[in-house]
Amino acid sequence: MTVFVVADHRRGDLRDVSFELLTAGRELADAAGTDLHAAVISGDTDAFADKLNREGVDAIHVVDYGEEFNHDVYAQAATSLVENLGVDFLVVPNSVNGLDYAPAVASRVDWPYVSDAVDLGYVDGTLEITREMYGSKVETTVAIDDGPVVVSIRGAEWPPAEGDGDAVVSTFDADIDEDTVGSTVTGFEEADGGDVDISEAEFLVSIGRGIEEEENLELVEELVDVTDAILSSSRPVVDNGWLPENRQVGQSGKQVAPDVYLAIGISGAVQHVAGMKNSDTIIAINTDPNAPIFDIADYGIVGDLFDVVPELIEQFGGTPPDI
Amino acid sequence: MESQMKVLVTVKEVAVVQDGFEIAGTEIDDTYLSYDLNEWDNYAVEEAVQLAEAGDDVEVVAVTIGPERSEETIRAALAKGADRAVRIWDDAIADAELLDVETKAQLLGTVVEREEPDLVLSGVQANDDNFGATGVALAEEVGFQWAAVVNALDTGNVLEEGVASVRRELEGGVEELTDIDLPAVLTIQTGINEPRYASLRGIRQAQSKEISTWTIGDLGLTEDVAESSLNITAMYKPESESDAEYFDGDADKQAAQLADILRDKEVVAE
Ligand SMILES: Cc1cc2nc3c(=O)[nH]c(=O)nc-3n(C[C@H](O)[C@H](O)[C@H](O)COP(=O)(O)OP(=O)(O)OC[C@H]3O[C@@H](n4cnc5c(N)ncnc54)[C@H](O)[C@@H]3O)c2cc1C
Repeated sequence: MTVFVVADHRRGDLRDVSFELLTAGRELADAAGTDLHAAVISGDTDAFADKLNREGVDAIHVVDYGEEFNHDVYAQAATSLVENLGVDFLVVPNSVNGLDYAPAVASRVDWPYVSDAVDLGYVDGTLEITREMYGSKVETTVAIDDGPVVVSIRGAEWPPAEGDGDAVVSTFDADIDEDTVGSTVTGFEEADGGDVDISEAEFLVSIGRGIEEEENLELVEELVDVTDAILSSSRPVVDNGWLPENRQVGQSGKQVAPDVYLAIGISGAVQHVAGMKNSDTIIAINTDPNAPIFDIADYGIVGDLFDVVPELIEQFGGTPPDI
Repeated sequence: MESQMKVLVTVKEVAVVQDGFEIAGTEIDDTYLSYDLNEWDNYAVEEAVQLAEAGDDVEVVAVTIGPERSEETIRAALAKGADRAVRIWDDAIADAELLDVETKAQLLGTVVEREEPDLVLSGVQANDDNFGATGVALAEEVGFQWAAVVNALDTGNVLEEGVASVRRELEGGVEELTDIDLPAVLTIQTGINEPRYASLRGIRQAQSKEISTWTIGDLGLTEDVAESSLNITAMYKPESESDAEYFDGDADKQAAQLADILRDKEVVAE
């Protein structure tokens, strides 16, 4: 039996989740009494294998094919690894690239697939996967009786693996069939910087879907004005076209770490938190006492932003707009 | 008559949980649930309708797996411009505790094989179970190409070249530019377009558009398709990990305490 993890890398760097996968994989391997193997597909595989050779990793397999992620290559390589190396648990990241190949591998090897695990347990031959539903309002345990599975893990839920390892590194010939590669990556582009760099701000006032309507933005703009803050937001506000992209905090937006991050009407979805959890002080205003943003907040106000924000504006000598 | 192109959009009616909800067994007590079109699918529908508007003869078919109640959601897609709809439902599906990815891919895959679309658009994930896997699993099931987390699609290239030139939204503000041969499944990310609201005329027209309902048997499958090796063994409200200091009192008191903190942290001048 083997627990097998597949590293994530982009443009020459291993992504953090690769090292977290080693920890999650080692824990599962210990519980199930198996070995932990890791795979690196594409890119500078030798250098990557070297970095992944941390404590607890028994073997590393490298697939030399191309530079960057291509889902056709990953799906073929991972399938081939699973079929040839006696893998029982394939653990991959729930990253954007994970989303692009993991379901295909599960389908090819005809194993069940469970995504976005925040915890993994192995009890009496049953794998128990903890995952969230309904915007983190509930957690569920999904159990799989004896049988192999493909599972993707959420980033930043496990600490990165540390220490030097003594894994055996070997090259795996995945025998990629080029004729079945139906997608071609033609390049990368980075989002425009735009008028302001929110990652430089000391104090961010960040607004979420709780603002309800574009016209209501006036309220937070006034707060920003009187406090000399910089305005940022969660994704829906940008998706709606109410603020430009360079204001978006989160996984697909900016990483920020201001002295104070004031989250107003933001639930605290994992992809948002990924962009702001390193802020020195986090303050949240939300009507829902169970909103996950409070889990990482230092200070909280359970209340309606349309009541609290006008008062806050007055605290700093401003006049709340009529909305 | 053959249309120039056929686009299938998968849509899901998702459950939205009210504050103060209760859990009964491994389900949320349904008095606390309301239903809505999945946020991501709303963008997928819009993208399909925009393709239809840009092309000469593009048919848009919406497909869902859902009970009769979900016809309301499907009508919303029809009102926005989809031409007709397919709804898959069956007692065996209703009885299943959890529809796993494989089940959904097989059910939808049968519809894809019958409809033979050039392009399938689905959402990146669903608000309720956030599995994020149906689109790619479906592509694999029917042997289509695919791309996940697409936030731009070159409509002209789809219609004229039969190639989907897309941007995949990666982490950290980086986008990957990728060309995919058709037929393909794209999973659509929010923000790719500005979803329209249905017009009154659209809503009226939707009333007379066709929704065909298919059971597992109609699809030529057997009830085993709804079986899963996954079991939900527990559902609970996560314990709060909050060690936040809460400001109590009326809004003015709360605001005063918050203002003190901001001054204290020296991020706001007096
Ligand atoms: C691949 C991928 C990438 C993503 N990238 C990002 C990203 O970079 N950044 C990002 O933010 N999201 C991202 N998301 C989306 C993310 O999953 C959430 O959907 C999003 O963060 C939700 O934003 P929100 O908190 O503003 O909205 P919601 O989750 O809808 O929360 C609104 C909150 O406002 C509260 N509220 C409502 N009314 C009031 C009121 N009157 N007063 C006070 N509070 C109120 C509610 O209680 C609720 O908690 C991504 C998703 C995916 C799948």
